[in-house]
Amino acid sequence: MAVRDPEEFLAELRKTGRFDRLIDAIPYARYLGLNVRIVDGDLLTTMPGVDKLIGNPVLPALHGGTVGALLESAAIFKLLWEVESIAVPKTINITVDYLRSARVVDTLARATITKHGRRVANVQARAWQGDEAKPIAALHGHFLLKTRDT
Amino acid sequence: MGALDGIIGKLFGSISPHTRSLGFEVVSMKDGVAVAKIPYSAELVGDPLSGVLHGGVVTSMLDTTGGVAVISAVGLPTPIATLDLRIDYLRPSKPGEDLFARVECYKKTHNVAFTRGVAYNGDEADPVASMAATYMLRTQAFRAPGGG
Repeated sequence: MAVRDPEEFLAELRKTGRFDRLIDAIPYARYLGLNVRIVDGDLLTTMPGVDKLIGNPVLPALHGGTVGALLESAAIFKLLWEVESIAVPKTINITVDYLRSARVVDTLARATITKHGRRVANVQARAWQGDEAKPIAALHGHFLLKTRDT
Repeated sequence: MGALDGIIGKLFGSISPHTRSLGFEVVSMKDGVAVAKIPYSAELVGDPLSGVLHGGVVTSMLDTTGGVAVISAVGLPTPIATLDLRIDYLRPSKPGEDLFARVECYKKTHNVAFTRGVAYNGDEADPVASMAATYMLRTQAFRAPGGG
């Protein structure tokens, strides 16, 4: 789906929760096979365990870069959901902590907005497989917001 | 690249399905410094309006190139695992242009290797992103850099 007017597209997204349309519009999100579900009012982003995302075929384990990309995407989706953005937030920086080896299964991620002001948001995100209490990776990052106030 | 470096460099491009899928290739690796390349691909775009590559591609690239730099510093294929990775996004990658990374392993202790580097298009002096990452050395299960 082509995005002609980002502001209108994002307002519609917040209304409908149709993240599949957003993912359809982003080639790399499609490449990762990302999926967003709204569970108890919060966003859960899933990345499937597929061959092309494997970094180490011996273990085997997903590539750390793909887990980082999942976490960054989950953070941005959360901002799009919670903040009245008129454009997709730009990543200023991210730090990813790798906590456990990522098995080749579905990986879930949930993000929390720690703080957001007019221009910048600080977001944390965690990824897990099976048990949310046993995260495989954690991210915190800063994102530049574009709202009607900025 | 020396003979061993050349083999290790090739392995990083071809053993990992993900780096193979990205078209990742090691351009050079010597004395703890690695240079790598990912060709521009429409599939890896993060912003459909501009055609700019997704930040996740930069993450995968810098994680992997950092691992190659560590292996180069160690001098032998050794099991390592990324502990943490910080990336500062300095400007968007130019649409249509290949992405390069240059990462240096500037300190290595018994257990941990420390790296820093940049991702860039044509000009290393005008980087897309800068990174700092640490890697655990001699992890028990063999992990390729970026392998979880």
